[in-house]
Amino acid sequence: MELTDYTIVENNRIAKDVLRLRLRCVAQREPPRPGQFVNLKIDGCYLRRPISVCDWDDCGGLTLLYKVVGEGTAKLARHLPGESLNILTGLGNGYTICAQAKRPVLLGGGVGAPPLYGLAKALVRAGQRPLAILGFNTAEEVFYRNEFAALCETKITTADGSLGQKGFVTHALKAAEDYDALYACGPEAMLRAVYHQMPPLAAGQAQFSFERRMGCGFGACMVCSCRTVAGYKRICMDGPVLTREEIVW
Amino acid sequence: MVDLRVSLSGVELQNPVIPASGCFGFGQEFRAFYDIDMLGSFSFKGTTSAPRFGNELPRVAECEAGMLNSVGLQNPGIDAVLAEELPRLKEHFHQPLIANISGFSIEEYAACCEKIDRCDQVGIIELNISCPNVHGGGLAFGADPDCAARVTAACKRVSGKPLYVKLSPNVTDIAAIAKACESAGADGLSLINTLLGMRIDLKTRRPLLANKMGGFSGPAVFPVALRMVWQVYEAVRIPIIGMGGVSSAGDVIEMMLAGAAAVQVGAANLVNPYACKEIIERLPMEMERLGIASLREIVGQAH
Ligand SMILES: Cc1cc2nc3c(=O)[nH]c(=O)nc-3n(C[C@H](O)[C@H](O)[C@H](O)COP(=O)(O)OP(=O)(O)OC[C@H]3O[C@@H](n4cnc5c(N)ncnc54)[C@H](O)[C@@H]3O)c2cc1C
Ligand SMILES: Cc1cc2nc3c(=O)[nH]c(=O)nc-3n(C[C@H](O)[C@H](O)[C@H](O)COP(=O)(O)O)c2cc1C
Ligand code: FES
Repeated sequence: MELTDYTIVENNRIAKDVLRLRLRCVAQREPPRPGQFVNLKIDGCYLRRPISVCDWDDCGGLTLLYKVVGEGTAKLARHLPGESLNILTGLGNGYTICAQAKRPVLLGGGVGAPPLYGLAKALVRAGQRPLAILGFNTAEEVFYRNEFAALCETKITTADGSLGQKGFVTHALKAAEDYDALYACGPEAMLRAVYHQMPPLAAGQAQFSFERRMGCGFGACMVCSCRTVAGYKRICMDGPVLTREEIVW
Repeated sequence: MVDLRVSLSGVELQNPVIPASGCFGFGQEFRAFYDIDMLGSFSFKGTTSAPRFGNELPRVAECEAGMLNSVGLQNPGIDAVLAEELPRLKEHFHQPLIANISGFSIEEYAACCEKIDRCDQVGIIELNISCPNVHGGGLAFGADPDCAARVTAACKRVSGKPLYVKLSPNVTDIAAIAKACESAGADGLSLINTLLGMRIDLKTRRPLLANKMGGFSGPAVFPVALRMVWQVYEAVRIPIIGMGGVSSAGDVIEMMLAGAAAVQVGAANLVNPYACKEIIERLPMEMERLGIASLREIVGQAH
């Protein structure tokens, strides 16, 4: 965990209401783990805003993808390159890469897709052959289709059928064969549907990333608690990633 | 050299800056950011006799200059705090701790105080009679002078450590509650706890917090907290720990001028994990700038 000022390199729209925020900082930073998140201070908002790390480089650069859904993200969207943002980095447990898996499936719903991009890169680097299934409402909301496709086999679903397969990620998951690990991030309804539909995998091989409204993002305030099989956990610190075995719906 | 030391009922603190209960856990998370031994003290998460999950989620909302929480006293229970949290802290924190205790009956408060009284790490017991989150719980004690006095007296009987009662701002006459606690034997007072507030989601048209209402704190409440510390200082002779919106060295000094012998910092820690460290490092410069040689000397000077 580190508190650092980053400089905005890019803050551009990449799909309907979705922006890509590229950041750099002067100091060398410890690279994040896939599935970790950062907490951004936005002028005019008291609490920080949690956003997953989508991608990073060796020089401390970070890429975040975010959707404008309310006041904070709308303010963030008005920031310009060259401006600086105060960010708490290195938060959460992130995904644990299952080393013995060969064919992991990545399931992303809407702005649940960003952390899966960094994960896909890491999996490819580990010699695995991931399949990414990314679900959106409609074609104009689709982002990072080509970026994912450049890394691994990628399937797009849209609820209205305007791009890719019509339906939800769970429909495309049914057709997916022989996957031996599963990593999911998206709305809770999607995670729940995946949880109930997926076949049993070895313990720890199915990992779900959760969202909660947060106060601090680093474990101090207890506003993000979640009941799990292993007792109460803080989504910001003990999560956001929980294994299938830990989850209580 | 300026003198930052203060004392609370004979408990000597190296400086007056104390993270407030519920905003610092049991200290461990902040160790990742700085050496917490530099703090004057810290008040640990509100502890009850049994473990509690607390309220349903969402538990947090905000406005431009503050936040609302409805955590509802999530804590592992007094036995786990004594057996696990405090031993874990021993190696890293050598200042006198403030034990923040909550309960739903006078017996529960007293039972917790009795257990915590035996712990050497604790310098002061802080009775939270004001948490607005728990139905039928804290609020009743803190809102009524008689109840406040009874719980104070019951805890005083079972503990030898300085007993500070933490007051709720959600009352019409905070000075009356303060006096009732003083008469019942309180060694000091902490104030303020959070102000009861709420937010409504414009899209769903429903309250944002699952608990509907929550405790409001942060910079927005500072003037209210300062006013209450001022009023209570005029009404009692026991020391006051002031809090509510404190976010800077200047705020600490202002609280002390109003009558606080020491100052707690709550929500600011959540937004900036270095908040207390930065305040402590800034204080000497602020003091020099303002011509203050010793912090003890300015307590209540604004009166
Ligand atoms: C671990 C984690 C990772 C996330 N990663 C991403 C990401 O990569 N891209 C992305 O677009 N969004 C992500 N989100 C969701 C993002 O945090 C919210 O959309 C954002 O905080 C909304 O802020 P706002 O001010 O625009 O909305 P408002 O509704 O005005 O916000 C009000 C409050 O609610 C909180 N809040 C609102 N929606 C959410 C939500 N869905 N989850 C958590 N808190 C919320 C805000 O932080 C703020 O405190 C993530 C959330 C979490 C918890
Ligand atoms: C997330 C959160 C949890 C809190 N939990 C407790 C608690 O357990 N016991 C207590 O006495 N006060 C609790 N408080 C109140 C604070 O200790 C403090 O009195 C109040 O927040 C005012 O200070 P601030 O404006 O600096 O936050 C909590 C406050 C917050 C924000
Ligand atoms: S957001 Fe504060 S503990 Fe998780």
